[in-house]
Amino acid sequence: MPVLALLVLFTVFGPALAADPAVFRFEDAGSEARFQALTKELRCLVCQNQSLADSHAELAGDLRREVHAMMKAGKADREIVEFLVRRYGDFVLYRPPLDPRTAALWLGPIGLFLLAGLVGFIALRRRGATPPPEVAAEERARILALLQSGPENGATGTPSHKI
Amino acid sequence: MLRYGLPLLVFGVILYFLFGGLSRDPRLVPSPLVGKPAPAFDLPQLRTPETRSSQADLVGTPTLVNVWASWCVACRDEHEVLLRLARARRVRVLGLNYKDERDNALDWLSRLGDPYESIIVDADGRAAIDWGVYGVPESFLVDAKGIIRYKHVGPLTWALVEDELFPLLKKSPGRP
Repeated sequence: MPVLALLVLFTVFGPALAADPAVFRFEDAGSEARFQALTKELRCLVCQNQSLADSHAELAGDLRREVHAMMKAGKADREIVEFLVRRYGDFVLYRPPLDPRTAALWLGPIGLFLLAGLVGFIALRRRGATPPPEVAAEERARILALLQSGPENGATGTPSHKI
Repeated sequence: MLRYGLPLLVFGVILYFLFGGLSRDPRLVPSPLVGKPAPAFDLPQLRTPETRSSQADLVGTPTLVNVWASWCVACRDEHEVLLRLARARRVRVLGLNYKDERDNALDWLSRLGDPYESIIVDADGRAAIDWGVYGVPESFLVDAKGIIRYKHVGPLTWALVEDELFPLLKKSPGRP
């Protein structure tokens, strides 16, 4: 029976145990949503493929605490992001700003798309412009004869039909 | 020529960048602090907790600020290098004890040797955030004017000291 009680306890409180030990207090649901949105946009430096919101790294916890403290101090999202970028660089941003260094990153796909469109357009136009192949006079006569010879000779023919 | 050459060329360029990407370490994040003044801090010293240090103490002589902790395994790897660097007397070595227990830190130094001229204590890791620290050990070279000149993430090696630190020290005036 005590085993069962333990099992029930773990089932009920398991998710709570797995969660971050630092639970933040928010004055209203709006600021909690703001905190979640902000930390989702910021990248953890330790486990680099996780956001600050998801990461269990100790540093991520510390940085969440900083973000929370700055929110409480009335800082705007932009100021909080700037605080982290000044220390850790653009790396913390999942969406780096558009500047000369990142121009290729932001404009590259559009450029490639336009280039592919241009190449495709030129290729299609070229194909349209080429005249149908020349047919020699005797070949032409044979083709016409075949076309006029009617169903007994061509139209019902199987693909292996010999000319 | 254009029909086969051009796709081949484009393929070659893509291959070049993809292979280039493989040989780079994604864990190394370039610090925006290099070239900027060392961040402000006001922290107690490890050996004498009643005295405090600030960024003003960095000005005057080039300093290597080494972020370490007694729980940090990679710090042990670089400890020999730090001891040798301290003996070389080309740069002042300052420790930043990160999220550590005082007793453990002091025990570590008495057992493995103490390369630090002084050690400041960042118990909650708040100051390390200002330095953009994300993985101990980290080392910063701060010049005599208090400007960060170089940052290394991970254990220092003697090769790094000779190839990176010493050339930078030559450029920076004011030896200890």
